[in-house]
Amino acid sequence: MTQGEVLLDGEDILALAPDERAARGLFLAFQYPLEIPGVATMTFLRTALNAQRKKRGEPEVSTPDFLRRVRELAGRLGIDPDMMRRAVNVGFSGGEKKRNEILQMAVLEPRLCVLDETDSGLDIDALKVVADGVNRLRAPERAFVVITHYQRLLNYIVPDVVHVLSRGRIVKTGGKELALELEAGGYAQYRDEAA
Amino acid sequence: MSVDVRPIKTAAEGALAASFALTRANLPGVDKVAALREEAFRRFEADGLPNRRIEEWKYTDLRALMREAKPLAPLPDAAAKRLAGQGMPVASIEARRIVFVNGSFVPELSDLEDLEPGLAIRSMASALAAGDPRIVNRIGKIAPTSDTAVALNTAFMGDGAVIEVAPGAAPGRPIQLAFFNGGSDSGAVFMRSLAFIGKGARVMLVESHDGVGEFQVNTALELEIGDTAHVDHIKITRTGSLHVSSLMTAVGAQARFNEFLFTIGGQVVRNQLFVRFEGEGTIAGIRGACLLKGRQHVDTTLVAEHIAQACTSREMFKSAIDGEGRSVFQGKIIVRPNAQKTDARMATHALLLSETAEADNKPELEIFADDVQCGHGATAGDLDENLLFYLRARGIPEQQAQALLIQAFVGEAVEGIEHAGLRDTLMAEVAAWLGARE
Repeated sequence: MTQGEVLLDGEDILALAPDERAARGLFLAFQYPLEIPGVATMTFLRTALNAQRKKRGEPEVSTPDFLRRVRELAGRLGIDPDMMRRAVNVGFSGGEKKRNEILQMAVLEPRLCVLDETDSGLDIDALKVVADGVNRLRAPERAFVVITHYQRLLNYIVPDVVHVLSRGRIVKTGGKELALELEAGGYAQYRDEAA
Repeated sequence: MSVDVRPIKTAAEGALAASFALTRANLPGVDKVAALREEAFRRFEADGLPNRRIEEWKYTDLRALMREAKPLAPLPDAAAKRLAGQGMPVASIEARRIVFVNGSFVPELSDLEDLEPGLAIRSMASALAAGDPRIVNRIGKIAPTSDTAVALNTAFMGDGAVIEVAPGAAPGRPIQLAFFNGGSDSGAVFMRSLAFIGKGARVMLVESHDGVGEFQVNTALELEIGDTAHVDHIKITRTGSLHVSSLMTAVGAQARFNEFLFTIGGQVVRNQLFVRFEGEGTIAGIRGACLLKGRQHVDTTLVAEHIAQACTSREMFKSAIDGEGRSVFQGKIIVRPNAQKTDARMATHALLLSETAEADNKPELEIFADDVQCGHGATAGDLDENLLFYLRARGIPEQQAQALLIQAFVGEAVEGIEHAGLRDTLMAEVAAWLGARE
């Protein structure tokens, strides 16, 4: 960050700690999700969910309710229940790690999701599963910012609005057809505009 | 050229000599036992307190750390016994408890009823007083060492447990040696225990060291493990102003030996392990975890000696160090010429949780055989910033995120304990320790 501010509900979130941002409903899906040896996925999810709820003044989720909910969500994403007992992302394939990110998103129910090149390193099947997971979470009260270099992801996650960014600025805004134009014409034209 | 400079006696060394002169006539055992004591004390007098000039004690200089040597602790009063009875450590696991307070066996707090077939337990003081040759002749012989702290223990040994498990016996319940120190007057406590585990026997020994007050503890256990026996030994140390412990063990053939050292308290703690692999094909796991804060100093010194062929040993030690704590790990694996096909791997990891935490890791391999697999790894570092960020990005506050990662770090070692209830108990101790971090 060189200048400016990032406002969420009028509050500058840059001044907040990462856990405070999460509690306010921001979710960042990592491009390269990290492995956390020794911390079981279930423990991780429950700790995260209850920490956020506590910060928002909401009651903790009971263990049986939590387990039921996570199993159901994991099932939809095609995540083996056995993986939930294993350490977070340890020994997971690239596709499994991304699915795990979407599972976290589904469990935590954020209001603003930032998907940072979630499509990188995914094969077409994994891409479909991830996109399907995202589409299920689409709702009027939830916003998604999908960052990608490629049109392919947008075949599955159809955007409402497309912004073209160049050198830190939005240089063009349009509907989903803008992404298709980009696919055909490339980014070269915008480079000049930004300069 | 080396000059053997023997500095003048420290106050503690002088006090130990005075204490020995004063009490030796009253310590349990005569004749052969008294001779053992005299010989051991002479060795101590020649060496003095272990200090940094002695490589094995380089990081734990008792000459400097021991400002004074306390007189032998008085017999436990009613208050001390009551305290010991109330605060029974590891109470959550079902075990046969043998209780020692201020260095003395306390029958009324111990459970010696209905001993399982093949199990015999009695007090070391009574065995020494009776001059039982089977016991007296084995003292210092199971895994001999020239270590000075052990010599001091032999000179002053007061009480302890003598445990015999007959061949093939398998007492179902773990046996817990619960050592507790407390009462109006603190002092020095010298405990010596012996355990003979017969061929094919299966037993779990838990040693717990607890208490209140400024006690100086020197405890030693000699453990003889027969062929094909399966032995778990878990030592839990939670207190002590000075706590020096020595485990001397010899393991037979085709046996299983699982050792775990859990240290969460004590100002200055030295855990020494001398392990001899005397029979072929044995598998051993020697692990430990320690959690340090304040100005705690915890030293783990391991000498694993492979004498027989084809034994496998896995060593893993983890320390989480906060405040101005200092953790020392010295691990030496010796592979004797006949110990071909040895497979030994040692890992030691230190987690530095503050700017002032210190870890000294010294792994050593001495290999005299040519067909072996040996390895060691040592790491020291702080918590991974990227992992912390990942956890926090999911809404977990920093303190809690750190706690999760520290628990995971320590948990990797604790996983090695076979008894699920004990694993849970120790992880609960870890959680409580983490909860008390500011």
